[in-house]
Amino acid sequence: MADLTYSHTPPKGSFGKLILRWILYILLALFALYYLMPLFVMVTTSLKSLEEIRTGSLIALPREITFDAWKTAWSGACTGIQCEGLQPYFWNSVLLAVPAVALSTLIGALNGYVIAQWQFRGANLIFSLMLFGCFIPFQVVLLPMARLLGMMGLAGSIPGLVFVHVIYGIGFTTLFFRNYYVSIPAELVKAAKVDGANFFRIFWSIFLPLSLPIIVVTVIWQFTQIWNDFLFGVSFSQAGTQPITVALNNIVNSTTGVKEYNVDMAAAIIAALPTLFVYVFAGKYFIRGLTAGSVKG
Amino acid sequence: MAPILDIKNLYKNYGSTEILKEINISIDAGDFLVLVGPSGCGKSTLLNCIAGLEPITGGSLHIDGRDMTHVSPKDRDIAMVFQSYALYPTMSVAKNITFGMKVRGEDAQTQERKLKEVAAQLKIEQLLNRRPGQLSGGQRQRVAMGRALVRDPKLFLFDEPLSNLDAKLRVEMRSEIKKLHQSLGASMVYVTHDQIEAMTLATKIVVMKGGVIQQIGTPAEIYNTPANLFVADFMGSPAMNLIPAKVRQNGSGAEIEIMRPNDAPIVLRDDAARNLPSDVILGLRPEDISEAGFRSGTGVQEAECLVDMVEPAGADTYVVAEMGGKQVTARLHAETTAAAGGKLKFAFDLNKVSYFEPTSGQRLN
Amino acid sequence: MTEWLENQLPKMVLAPSFIAVLVFVYGFIGWTAWVSLTRSKLLPKYELKGFVQYDKLFASPRWDTAFGNLFTFGILFIVIAMVLGLVLAIMLDQKIRVEGAIRTIYLYPMALSMIVTGTAWKWILNPGLGIEATVRGWGFENFSFDWVVNPDFAIYTIVIAAVWQSSGFVMALFLAGLRSVDEEIIKAAQVDGIPTWRIYSSIIIPSMAPIFLSAFIVLAHLAIKSFDLVIALTGGGPGYSTDLPATYMYAMAFSRGDIGQAASSAMIMMAVVFTIVVPYLYSELRAKNHG
Repeated sequence: MADLTYSHTPPKGSFGKLILRWILYILLALFALYYLMPLFVMVTTSLKSLEEIRTGSLIALPREITFDAWKTAWSGACTGIQCEGLQPYFWNSVLLAVPAVALSTLIGALNGYVIAQWQFRGANLIFSLMLFGCFIPFQVVLLPMARLLGMMGLAGSIPGLVFVHVIYGIGFTTLFFRNYYVSIPAELVKAAKVDGANFFRIFWSIFLPLSLPIIVVTVIWQFTQIWNDFLFGVSFSQAGTQPITVALNNIVNSTTGVKEYNVDMAAAIIAALPTLFVYVFAGKYFIRGLTAGSVKG
Repeated sequence: MAPILDIKNLYKNYGSTEILKEINISIDAGDFLVLVGPSGCGKSTLLNCIAGLEPITGGSLHIDGRDMTHVSPKDRDIAMVFQSYALYPTMSVAKNITFGMKVRGEDAQTQERKLKEVAAQLKIEQLLNRRPGQLSGGQRQRVAMGRALVRDPKLFLFDEPLSNLDAKLRVEMRSEIKKLHQSLGASMVYVTHDQIEAMTLATKIVVMKGGVIQQIGTPAEIYNTPANLFVADFMGSPAMNLIPAKVRQNGSGAEIEIMRPNDAPIVLRDDAARNLPSDVILGLRPEDISEAGFRSGTGVQEAECLVDMVEPAGADTYVVAEMGGKQVTARLHAETTAAAGGKLKFAFDLNKVSYFEPTSGQRLN
Repeated sequence: MTEWLENQLPKMVLAPSFIAVLVFVYGFIGWTAWVSLTRSKLLPKYELKGFVQYDKLFASPRWDTAFGNLFTFGILFIVIAMVLGLVLAIMLDQKIRVEGAIRTIYLYPMALSMIVTGTAWKWILNPGLGIEATVRGWGFENFSFDWVVNPDFAIYTIVIAAVWQSSGFVMALFLAGLRSVDEEIIKAAQVDGIPTWRIYSSIIIPSMAPIFLSAFIVLAHLAIKSFDLVIALTGGGPGYSTDLPATYMYAMAFSRGDIGQAASSAMIMMAVVFTIVVPYLYSELRAKNHG
């Protein structure tokens, strides 16, 4: 890719340079604090007792660390009528995300393969139409989708949600794979054709083995999108089948009883953990996915 | 004995654009056919049509007597070597070579045996477990050829296989390909834009321009009797001199008149030019213009010219003089005393001359 | 026969997705558009009645607030995120030793659900127990930061949270863009004696125009779709003061049972996205096809 380093003209005088350097680092550190602060506050609040929250300061470290809030968040918090905590909803999200990510990735790979390497008239038009579908505000399909799910008997079910996420994820996954496969030389496909391989054989033996980087990017992107989604979750699920984001919102915004801020924070962290985890360990690929379609070249 | 490749009246259109027009080519088993021409002349497209990778709009194509016009590549009994070698990047060299056999369902022992044969032939035994990314350009070339050889096809197709190599390697691989052709007696169709490759490798050359065949012939025919101005100029390095001249009938013979700057025109006698129109383009290769005294015989005419430039090139010296409004190059011996600005007597070997009609470019003799 | 099948295979593989997109994207948009032109309330009626829903929409004070908020929020969000992102990118471009770690820290908010972000910031901005309380606890008795419950200022809290979430992404985009500038141009400028800041302002930043455009498109898109964040942070309140078209639509569709209003507000959202994204996509695809 691009050159990552180039030298800059240092300001005249090495002392001035040193001062500027220090200012730079201080600024960077301040911004780091700005980004870390909410996470810090969430963690510390989740480890405090309600008493301490009321009497103490927002940014103070917990005087006494207690994991009660975490226990409640996981298995006792109220998401409406039920008070089972986030646990069942965590698994709902898992049951939702795994098939949706797998399916949308697989379909995107095949689509990208077709569009990138098997030119036929209209392929680019089809691609443009699919691409545009990525950009629509989903509000515009909520109503008809709700009706359709009802008619299909999938209203408020997890398979129904999987269906929705796959349909609306195909645009992005196709984009990722198509952009990746376009850079694979066409002569490779020609050589394989001469060797006698057919459409699927070429995909299986040649393209798939080359696809690991883009599969990782796509899976991470899709997982993050689907796990973090709220709009589809809140529109197409019901009590019992809700994904974790909906349950979290219910816990935090429930109007019954005392506001347990520490439970709220613990619940938020639990909801955030999977995608945070993915980000910390595979962040490089996540960033690649974010910038995939946006930066030219 | 049917020709190994017989193309009749082939047309190819892409939408409304005509890419190949009226292609008629026929070669026998064991021939080395080279398709040569500038970029965009359609030679690669024609090769892809022979391979079945591109559809043909009109006409027919037979390989070893069988109609392959609409047959898919895998059933044409061909093998192809690509410009970028197109080796499967995630497979080892061995797997690259045996992939086709695997797809065709040949059993493991046959695959193993053929692999060993080809590896020995191309001297790539020690590379079998490496990946393409770990090979040098020349090695990749050999593996690509190995993949083609192992197929034992009726026809080998080469799409500019040497273009990605540096000059020295190119010369080496060129002779390897020629040796392979001689030892296998295989039929080959080879595409290149390099006319030196064409001349050295081919038994038959097809010169193309703009989707149309300009000339088909042996290297000698193409070199000595080019069919039109384009072929004359394109083939051979340095290029043939193409000099505008006037033909004057003189009794039972003819004279050729070439303008000279600041001097009376050069007059050469060529009775063979009797029936030519009055305006022609005279074509003579640099090696057919020598220093007077170094070549003799009937048909050799002498004339003195002003030398513009002298370029010593080791074994020869190229001398440039202005004639007929063009910069004409002559190939002289290295010992010549020619000097820029001085006059020199040149000998023109009219036995080797080509005459062309100026507007159509067609050959007249 | 199989020859034909082989030739059609790529089209057949793509077909299901294409049909799905036709139906579930374009077909559904069409349905919503149709319904937005009817008198549907709880259930859809299909008799076209012209633009009644839009009249009602534009006359609704709640929609007025929501639509106005979209621009207030949108413009602030986009401008601040881009400026912040650019500043951070330039800073990070200065060969920092711990660049990788810093980048990770600046970007992690993008990995969070907007609900999580909203929840966290709602807590931080809590007047009684959050920043306001903390700063007062430091002795600034009169410090007031109750924007979250203040109808006039609540929308700005959404800006704060959204900027926090997305500025890291903008930074990543710009950093990639800064680094894609041809090194030789910069070296030539340095040899010419041009100071670093001038190199940035006259050479590097202007060459990043396409990336500014990309960032703008993505941020605009995020702004228009903002739903999760508002629900979690303010619930649209206090009152309707932080309503956005997305929350208005949802309320109409699922709480109020007014499908006609929901459809028309959704179509307006669609129109806004359309006017921004279509010219961009058109130019992008032309470039990709020619390049």
